[in-house]
Amino acid sequence: MPTVEMTVNGKRASAQVEGRTLLVQFLREKLGLTGTHIGCDTSQCGACVVHVDGRAVKSCTLLAVQANGASVTTIEGVANGETLHPMQEAFRDNHGLQCGFCTPGMVMTAIDLVTNNASPSEEEIRHGLEGNICRCTGYHNIVKAVKAGAAAMKG
Amino acid sequence: MHDFGYHRPASVADVAGLLASKGEAKVVAGGMTLIPTLKQRLASPSDLVDLAGIAELKGVKAEGGGITIGAMTTHAEVHRSAEVQKTIPALAQLAGGIGDPQVRNRGTIGGSVANSDPAADYPAAVLGLGATIRTNKREIKADDFFKGMFETALQDGEIITAIHFPKPEKAGYSKFPNPASRYAIVGVFVARTAGGVRAAVTGAGPCAFRSKELESALGGSFTPEAAKAVKLGADGFNTDLHATAAYRAHLISVMAARAVAAAS
Ligand SMILES: Cc1cc2nc3c(=O)[nH]c(=O)nc-3n(C[C@H](O)[C@H](O)[C@H](O)COP(=O)(O)OP(=O)(O)OC[C@H]3O[C@@H](n4cnc5c(N)ncnc54)[C@H](O)[C@@H]3O)c2cc1C
Ligand code: FES
Ligand code: FES
Repeated sequence: MPTVEMTVNGKRASAQVEGRTLLVQFLREKLGLTGTHIGCDTSQCGACVVHVDGRAVKSCTLLAVQANGASVTTIEGVANGETLHPMQEAFRDNHGLQCGFCTPGMVMTAIDLVTNNASPSEEEIRHGLEGNICRCTGYHNIVKAVKAGAAAMKG
Repeated sequence: MHDFGYHRPASVADVAGLLASKGEAKVVAGGMTLIPTLKQRLASPSDLVDLAGIAELKGVKAEGGGITIGAMTTHAEVHRSAEVQKTIPALAQLAGGIGDPQVRNRGTIGGSVANSDPAADYPAAVLGLGATIRTNKREIKADDFFKGMFETALQDGEIITAIHFPKPEKAGYSKFPNPASRYAIVGVFVARTAGGVRAAVTGAGPCAFRSKELESALGGSFTPEAAKAVKLGADGFNTDLHATAAYRAHLISVMAARAVAAAS
């Protein structure tokens, strides 16, 4: 079995995996990082979004071996100790979640969106969230949260 | 998903060697089509040969007035490329409308063109602009490349290394996306070039194709009205749960008109 080694949330992680092991399985089952969810396992819903070398990707559609040597950030890696990331705080303040299942993927996608576009318009936010499905909120408060999070990230 | 061996070679020559020596090896680019296919067990290769470690397959460069895009360049990179935005803005816009941001961060132009999905966006641009597909063995003209549903002129062991697009005078793309996947129910790419008008359609047939009817109408007058006046019969177009053949035939004229209106 191949050995994969990557940096996850700033720490080195390595394990033996089968070639077919998905990155999301590696994160959840080998590293116990269960904040990254599996909603559909068919590349549609975005519950599994993490950052690989700074870009948002669906970790159910990436093999662990493809991320060998990469730097990975999951939802567990964005807060600063007890202080939530400004985007997490914005989701809380704006009721950007109900059941919370989609939220890790939404937050990771939103952070990538704002990294590329510091002041997104409502339309740009909606376009940027096309790969993330929420069954509860109707998206309205998620869009508000991303807007507020973007403003907070500017400081 | 069945298990497989995994290789990440550093050169195109090593890819060819691996493909020749391993029984049922397949290359993987962004994996946005291949990994879902493996999960469904629609393919079960013995080995995956990852193209991600080959630097020469990545990036956009100006060449002969047009642009050349490496096979492993992602949709997001094409969308954001200043070179593409300057030389062929319609191509940058097309890349920015593929799937969703996470798919665009992984999916590549080489993978999309090699796959020839009947509803994929890039094949319309490749045909519409009269691009040239470069492989590890030869150059293939767009007009000779797309052979059918998931079928291309690529032979066993042949991989796309880059795609060269000549600069058009004007070009535009418009698609009617499936609201869930964003794949094209119908997409039309139009280009006015020194050699005449080209119009390529995706989503409607077994693979992307040029529409002679649209090309002759737009050759006479490169206007939305001329595109809209083209009435196509439904024969040969796809019918599925998303749309009937007749509806797709109608959409071709509408999308062509929008593509001409947007052309720059
Ligand atoms: C949710 C979702 C939505 C999508 N929406 C759209 C959409 O709106 N429009 C659209 O056009 N596409 C869409 N796609 C498909 C996406 O664009 C894929 O990225 C693309 O079809 C394949 O590119 P890839 O790099 O991921 O290739 P892979 O999945 O890695 O490979 C696809 C196939 O091509 C072969 N291959 C890959 N690279 C090469 C090469 N250089 N030479 C020869 N063969 C090669 C592989 O062996 C495989 O058979 C969507 C995908 C998903 C998951
Ligand atoms: S679990 Fe990955 S996209 Fe749904
Ligand atoms: S909050 Fe329940 S799925 Fe989004």
